[in-house]
Amino acid sequence: MTNFPDIASIRNDFPILNEVIGGKQLVYFDNAATTQKPRIVLDALSGYYEHYNANIHRGIHHLAEKATAAFEDSRRRVQKFINAPLAEEVIFTYGTTDSINLVAQTYGRKFLKEGDEIIITTMEHHSNIVPWQMLCEEKGCVLRVIPINDEGELLMDAYEKMLSEKTKLVSVVHASNALGTINPVAEIIKKAHQFGAKVLLDGAQASSHLTLDVQVLDCDFYALSLHKIYGPTGMGILYGKKELLDAMPPYRGGGEMIKEVTFEKTTYNELPYKFEAGTPNIADVVAAKYALDYVDTLGKENIAKYEHSLLTYATDAVREIPGLRIIGQAKEKVSVLSFVIEGVHHQDIAVLLDNQGIAVRTGHHCTQPLMQRLGILGTSRASFAVYNTVEEIDSLIKGLHKVKKMLG
Amino acid sequence: MTIKEAQDELIEDFELFDDWESKYEYIIDLGKQFPPLEEQYKTEENIIKGCQSRVWLNAYMDGDLLKFEADSDAIIVRGLVSMLVKVLSGHTPEEIATSELYFMERIGLHQHLAQTRSNGLASMLKQMRTYGLAYQATN
Repeated sequence: MTNFPDIASIRNDFPILNEVIGGKQLVYFDNAATTQKPRIVLDALSGYYEHYNANIHRGIHHLAEKATAAFEDSRRRVQKFINAPLAEEVIFTYGTTDSINLVAQTYGRKFLKEGDEIIITTMEHHSNIVPWQMLCEEKGCVLRVIPINDEGELLMDAYEKMLSEKTKLVSVVHASNALGTINPVAEIIKKAHQFGAKVLLDGAQASSHLTLDVQVLDCDFYALSLHKIYGPTGMGILYGKKELLDAMPPYRGGGEMIKEVTFEKTTYNELPYKFEAGTPNIADVVAAKYALDYVDTLGKENIAKYEHSLLTYATDAVREIPGLRIIGQAKEKVSVLSFVIEGVHHQDIAVLLDNQGIAVRTGHHCTQPLMQRLGILGTSRASFAVYNTVEEIDSLIKGLHKVKKMLG
Repeated sequence: MTIKEAQDELIEDFELFDDWESKYEYIIDLGKQFPPLEEQYKTEENIIKGCQSRVWLNAYMDGDLLKFEADSDAIIVRGLVSMLVKVLSGHTPEEIATSELYFMERIGLHQHLAQTRSNGLASMLKQMRTYGLAYQATN
């Protein structure tokens, strides 16, 4: 792309950005929760229902064949997006949470035993804590947590000391949803593999910002959600290395995941269908391909560069707000700006910004243990996507000044 | 003043404001003026946890009347809490349990009651009615 960023034309691709909230133009800074969807994705969704809605894989008729082809085409598209060696290593799930639960409930229950250790970090989303706690409770495994420094970076020395022959699984967030920190995952994976431990990366936040290559990373599992990459809600991905996925028992039982069923014994289907019981989320899977096309057409590096410029601009600009403290000052960050203002409750900030048409997220961001470590109840978080602008950040700063004035 | 009269008075107060800023400045003022709950009542038992802010609610009988004291760590929620206390506190348990609340909607603040998980306000209202039912049963 020669003239990237042509933000005006990018904004035209997102109909929702024209929404007016209480007489004010919407400023959408809640992209870490979910991104908005470009027209091409919306058209793909309605196009599917209007022209080739059918249940996939079994039907011998034109619509079923077309829907099946589109569904499997999406799988290959995701394969390319994360550079997975094989399409069958791409499992469609309901989202990152579902993907992590799948690994905990199949790989975890089959291969982990009493006394085995699972390592996570202080900055995990509850989705990458609770599934492991449930597993630990059931199997008697031990959950260990890598500490962080005050900037929100992992203490790698502590991680190295934690690793041992007992470590069976390391499950780490690639980029933090609450702080923006990009973790040194390549190093984490390398070190874990030296002890024979498997590594899962929670890529919910990283996947829209960073170029993904599961082969270069050499991760064993990668979990992500499409709705955070300009795609539809209700669908996600679990990538897993084939030999691991093959060794794992099925997750849910039902149609599609079987080879042959008798009342005496059922044999299971091969990958990836073994993990896709029941009618999948066909429409959203089909439309997801167009979201990834959209991202790759703009170019992930271009997007990352532009988002980084927004983050830098906003980071400098918020410093003029008296009493504001940025939470999460890691050297490597995705475009997430979390902050607290002294003496001001984050919910009051959210309500008063909302009345100015500005959507931010406030609270603990589903990372309560992280908030406890930082000694705060929550933060306000502005997170930027490719369609955001410097002018919108100016509106946020103006909005925050108004918040201060009204609460002062 | 009946529950209905208290609601109508609040609606009338808010009719003076024609933009969101003055409306919220008034709520913030109400929050600031509302007497804080004594620390001894800020117990685990009295806390109503929202995803975002915390609300504390203390209830007690004063003769035949059920009275409320409350607090929140967020100032806007505190203002909204003060309105709920103004409307419902000091009535019989039966009146509180069966009351029909319409003022939040009329003032245009109903979204704060709809955000059930985030601010604890809807849970607080439910809790006030539950106290009404409970004290009604014991009387």
